[in-house]
Amino acid sequence: MKRIGIDVGGTNTDAALIVDGKVVKGVKTPTTEDVMSGVRKALELAVADDRTVAASLDGVTIGTTHFVNAVVQRRGLNAVGALRIGLPSGASLPPFVDWPKDLRGLVSSSVHMVRGGHEIDGRPLVPLDRDAIREAAGRISEAGISSVGVAAVFSPLTAECELEAAEILRRENPDLRITLSHTLGRLGLLERENVTLLNACLQDLAVKTTGAFVDALRDSGIRAPLYLTQNDGTIMRAEVAQSFPVYCFASGPTNSMRGAAFLSGLEDGAVVDVGGTTTDIGYLKAGFPREANNTVEVGGVRTLFRMPDLLSIGLGGGTEIAADSLKIGPGSVGYRLPQEALVFGGNQLTATDIAVAAGIADIGDRAKLVHLDRAMVGQAMRKMHEMIAEGMDRMKTEAGDLPLLAVGGGSFLIPDRIEGASEVVRVEHHAIANAVGAGIAQVSGEVDRIFSGIGREKALETAAEEARAKAVTSGADAKTLKTVETEDLPLSYLPGDTLRVRVRVVGDIAAGS
Amino acid sequence: MRTIERAELELLATGAWILGAGGGGNPYLSYLNLCNQYENGNTVSLLDPADLADDDIVAIVSGMGAPLVGRERLSDPRFAAKPLLAMERYLGRKFRAVMSVEIGGTNALQPLVVASVTGVPVVDADAMGRAFPMGQMTSFAIAGLPTTPLVVSDIRDNEVIVSRGEDASWMERIARKVVTELGSIAATCKAPRTGLEVKRHGILYSTSKAIRIGRIVHEARRRHDDPVAALVEAEKGMILFKGKIADIQRRTTEGFLRGKARIDGLDGDRGSVLELAFQNEFAAAWRDDEVVDTTPDIICVMDSVSGEAIGTEMIRYGQRVSVIVLPAPDLFLTPKGLAATGPRAFGYDFDYKTVLKAGT
Repeated sequence: MKRIGIDVGGTNTDAALIVDGKVVKGVKTPTTEDVMSGVRKALELAVADDRTVAASLDGVTIGTTHFVNAVVQRRGLNAVGALRIGLPSGASLPPFVDWPKDLRGLVSSSVHMVRGGHEIDGRPLVPLDRDAIREAAGRISEAGISSVGVAAVFSPLTAECELEAAEILRRENPDLRITLSHTLGRLGLLERENVTLLNACLQDLAVKTTGAFVDALRDSGIRAPLYLTQNDGTIMRAEVAQSFPVYCFASGPTNSMRGAAFLSGLEDGAVVDVGGTTTDIGYLKAGFPREANNTVEVGGVRTLFRMPDLLSIGLGGGTEIAADSLKIGPGSVGYRLPQEALVFGGNQLTATDIAVAAGIADIGDRAKLVHLDRAMVGQAMRKMHEMIAEGMDRMKTEAGDLPLLAVGGGSFLIPDRIEGASEVVRVEHHAIANAVGAGIAQVSGEVDRIFSGIGREKALETAAEEARAKAVTSGADAKTLKTVETEDLPLSYLPGDTLRVRVRVVGDIAAGS
Repeated sequence: MRTIERAELELLATGAWILGAGGGGNPYLSYLNLCNQYENGNTVSLLDPADLADDDIVAIVSGMGAPLVGRERLSDPRFAAKPLLAMERYLGRKFRAVMSVEIGGTNALQPLVVASVTGVPVVDADAMGRAFPMGQMTSFAIAGLPTTPLVVSDIRDNEVIVSRGEDASWMERIARKVVTELGSIAATCKAPRTGLEVKRHGILYSTSKAIRIGRIVHEARRRHDDPVAALVEAEKGMILFKGKIADIQRRTTEGFLRGKARIDGLDGDRGSVLELAFQNEFAAAWRDDEVVDTTPDIICVMDSVSGEAIGTEMIRYGQRVSVIVLPAPDLFLTPKGLAATGPRAFGYDFDYKTVLKAGT
C-alpha cells in the first residue's frame, strides 16, 4: 500500500509518501502562483529517493485550501446565475441577500426567482412555472454565464423541481455547469442556497485546479488514481470531487488534525496548526475533528453543512510585525516569505524573524537580524504565545487541560509550555501533518434513503448496515469502520412511520485494495 | 414613543430567540427582512403601552405553524401585513398600533415587520412573555377575552376569517387545521384588543426585555465572558444541566414539531442523563427519569460556548449544550395560568415542577 498525500496550502505545498502506514518521506516546497508546478515539484521530491515508487503508487490524495482561499480572498471566482424555485414565498429575501456586498458584486450575475417548490407534506407549493425557468435559462445563456446554482423550497425532501429545472437549463445550454442544492445541503433554504451558490462560483477554478493536479501527476509519471480530500477527512475521486469544491473547504485543517492524531498516536487533544498566514485551532475527539454546531461563515457567507469546528487566528510564520507598535498581523507575506522576510534579506519583519532572533528557530541568515532590539523580540514572542493560549481557551468546551499537538511549518512559534495545555507534543514530520492527513484519508460509505413502517431503530440499523457494506465495497477495511453521521428526518405526509435516514461511515483503506 | 434603533434589531433577535424556549423559529430571516426595510428608510417606532388610550384598538399579529417550514418558505413583509389589512377591512376601523402575540422566536419581530410596511407603531408588550405552541396559551385567553375574529392569510391568495368560535381551544383547533392545509405556516391577525385590555392583560415591556437579554449576551461575548452564566444571573434563572446531545427524535404532526432529546451529562453533571420533551418549545425535563422542570418555565438549550440558543428543530447529535431555566411571567403560575400553560395542558400526567426558587 503506497500512497502520496499532498497538501496545497496558501504558502507551502507539502507531500508525504506513506508506505504500509508509515511516513517514508516528507517534503515541503513553496506553493506556486500556478499551483501545478508546486505540486509537480512536491511529487518529484517525494519520489526522488526511489524512482520505482512513481509507477507502483496505489493513489495520490490531494487536500487543498485553494477553494476556500479563493472565496476568502475573492480571487478566481466565476460569475454565477442563481435560480430559486419558491415564489410566491421568499421574494423579499432573494438569492445572495445576506452575502457581503463585495462578494455578491463579484459573483452574482443573473438572479431569477420563479414559482414552484414543495410543501413540507410533499404537495407542490404552486405549480412549477416551467416557462419562467425557460426564460431564465435563456437569459443566463445570453449573459454568457457558465455556472448556475439552483435551489427549490423543500428540495431535500422532494428534489423534483430542481431536477426538472436542471433538465430545462441543460436543454438551453448543454455545457452549463449546474449545482443543485439538494445534493449539498440540509433544510434551511437560505443557508443551503448559499452553499450552492458558493459551489457554483468555484466551478471554473475547480476544473482548472483539478486539471492542473492531473497534469502534474502525468508529468511526474504517476498513473495511480487521484483523489481529493473532503471536509470530513474522507476522499473522493478527483473527477467527482471537482463538481463539489465546497466539500474541500475545510480539508486543509481536517487533514492537519487527522495527520496530527496519526503521527502522535493521540486521539484527544487540541491541534494547533501554525501555517504561513494563519493558525488553526481545533480539538480532536476520538481521532476526528470536533464538528461545528452552528452555521459556519465562509468568507462572510452563512452556510450550514458539515465542517470542523475551527478557530482561525491571524498568526503564522509569515505574519507581519510592526517593530514600533508590536502590532502582530493580520497581514502576512504568505508564500513570499523566502523573498520578503528579514532573515532572507527582505525588508519585512515577520514572526519567523522574531523566532530566529529569539533563538528558537534556525532559518535563513541570523546575521541579518543583529540590529533587532532584544526586549522587542521578547515582547513579540510573549504576545504571540498569548494569542495561541487565548485561542485554545476559546475553543475549549470543558474544564481540564489536554495535550496540545503542535503542527505546521510555523509551529516553532508554539512554546514548550503553554497555559491551558497539559503538555506540548511535537511529532516527527509535524511540518507536513496535513500532507500525512491527506495520505491516510479514509473511505466512506453513505446511505440516504426513505424507510417506511419498520420503526426508527430498525431503520437506523438497516441504514448503518448498508452504509458499512458500501464503504467496504469502496475499499474500506470492515474492522476499522466508524459511524460518523446519523440523521433521521420524519416525513409526516407519507403513510406509516416514514423516515428519511442518512448514515455515513468511514474506515481505513483495506490493505491490498 | 421612540424609534427602535437599527443596532437594537440584532439584540432583539438574539433575546427573542432565547425567550423562544427552543421554539418560535429563529428570528434571523425576520431580522434580515427588517434590515432591508430599515435600509429603505422604513423604520419602526416602539410605543409604551401606558400611552395607549383605553379605546384604541391594537392588532395582534403572528406567524403560525412549524418553524422548520419557515426556514424553507421564507417570510415576506408584504404577506406578513396582509391579515392586518384584511382585519381592518373586516372591522371597518384602523388600528392604532400593532403588537406581538409572543415575544419568543420570530414572532417577536413579526409586529416590527408588519409595522415597517403599514407605518403603525409597535406596542412594547406581548401575550406570552416567551413562545408557546398554542393560541389558548396567551394572557388574553387566560383573562377570558374573546378570541375572535381571526384572520389567516397565506402566500397565495388565500384568506380565511374565523368570525366566531366557542372558546380559545376551539379557535386554536380551527386555526391549526387551516394553517396545516396552507402548508403548516401562515400569517395571522388575532382578535383585536383595546388599549385597556392590553394595559390590563398584556405581558408588558417584553419587547424591551428581549432587547435587554440580547444586550447581556452580546456584551458578555464581547468581553469573552460566559454568556450563559451572565444571562442566568441577570435574569434570575438557573443552569439546569450541562452535557452532550446523545439522541434526538422528532416528528411533525398537526403542524407541531414534537420529540425528545437525550443529553449525557458533562462536567458536574457527568453520570447523569437529562431528557427534554418538546412540542415546538421545550415542555418538560427529566433528570435520571425524574421530572425536574416543566412549562411554563422558560427552558432553553444553549450552545455551551457561544451562548447561542439552539432551537428544537436544530438540535443535533454531539452538540455541547447548557440547558437553562428562566422564570415564566407570574401570571402563568396562578392556578388559571397553570391550567392553560402547565404540563397537563401539554398532555402530561404531572403538575408544574420548577428548579427556580419561589418568588424569583
